[in-house]
Amino acid sequence: MNEQSVIQTRGLTRYFGAKPAVHDLNLEVPRGSVFAFLGRNGSGKTTTIRMLLGLLEPTRGQGSILGYDIRTLPPEARARIGYLTEEHQLYGWMSVKECGGFQSQFYPRWNEKIFRGVIGHFSLKPAARVKDLSRGERAGLCLGLTLAPEPELLILDDPAMGLDPVAHRSLIESMIYLTRRSDRTIFFSSHQLADVERVADYVAILDRSVLRVCCSLETFRNSVQQVRLRFPGVPPPVQNIPGLLQAFRAEGELRLTCVHYGAATEQALRALAPAQMEMVPLSLEDAFISYLGERGEKSFILSETEAQP
Amino acid sequence: MTINLNINTGSNTPIYKQITDQVRMAVASGRLAVDDQLPSIRALAERLVINPNTVARAYADLAREGLIESRAGRGVFVTRKRKMFTREEGWRRLEPLMDAVIGEAMVLDFTPQELREAIEKKLGQWKPQKGGSRNDE
Repeated sequence: MNEQSVIQTRGLTRYFGAKPAVHDLNLEVPRGSVFAFLGRNGSGKTTTIRMLLGLLEPTRGQGSILGYDIRTLPPEARARIGYLTEEHQLYGWMSVKECGGFQSQFYPRWNEKIFRGVIGHFSLKPAARVKDLSRGERAGLCLGLTLAPEPELLILDDPAMGLDPVAHRSLIESMIYLTRRSDRTIFFSSHQLADVERVADYVAILDRSVLRVCCSLETFRNSVQQVRLRFPGVPPPVQNIPGLLQAFRAEGELRLTCVHYGAATEQALRALAPAQMEMVPLSLEDAFISYLGERGEKSFILSETEAQP
Repeated sequence: MTINLNINTGSNTPIYKQITDQVRMAVASGRLAVDDQLPSIRALAERLVINPNTVARAYADLAREGLIESRAGRGVFVTRKRKMFTREEGWRRLEPLMDAVIGEAMVLDFTPQELREAIEKKLGQWKPQKGGSRNDE
């Protein structure tokens, strides 16, 4: 077991009936990182998070969180994990302040200053009733309730969903504020690639229940490259290009997006004898979509440890 | 003098590189001079709302190039650039960039004369840094 990993899974798998929701997941989240967990809807992100928190029994495989087996998480482990989800339990008749007071009873390490700081950041009035809060305000309250116990590991399941731009920015600022403590880990699922670009050190990408990427954000961006090849006439057919994800064909031009771009890919591209060949930088979103889009081959796993030459 | 750094998400350029590009440009154009102070890693990260590791990465690159340095207890400052590359190595790095600009200009039907004038105009906007040329030490 790696001491530096706060989350580690080996072959973690969950079926719903005959249908795999998560298949053979090997995940490793380094301590102190901001880790983005990405994938399209229904790719298995929430199922994974629920298994990690011991809320859902794995069909097979192992996992640990803060060094504890996820099948037998003791209460003292749960107290060190902050979990923010859509369905946070709130009582409509309570005021914002009362919610804090109520929640604080369950956490010995409750930090009232953080609670007030977060609700202040979201411009919440302590006397406001929960039932009168907007969606963004509720999100701010939930975030305050999750952060005030000073969790070592913060797990956010799609925290940006449904937030207006101001509440959204407050959320991201709160996440960045949390990185002040270098031993705090944030694991969040999201569809917001702009957020990922701002805050994430690492990315994992699930695609239809299977983990396709687990590496630093920089490694991911460097590994997915687009090359523009120009030809005097009609471009030749594209065959046997190592790592090819997508190919776009235009008049006198081929645009190829490749993963694990390296010497082997470059050699195969040069063999097409282009008149000109240049790398085209990709945005994170373009790289992500090339990776998960419908075209191209899908058999590539990208990880720091299994990086191909 | 100070520098107003900005970043865009969704760009083809990673955020750390947007920062290094802007600092380099500001130094080259004279908007940042030797001994000007840059914001701390934490302060810049919170202002730009980005991960502090990204700022640290950008500053590390700039420090490796000899463009900035961290002075103990005081902060991050623009420094006099040490000569990093031989003239030959410098040309080796510059040439592909020039080829790319010229190639693109030709594809876009600019004449050599137009390109020459555009480059002259750009060069006119840059002023040498105080203390003379950065590479003559």
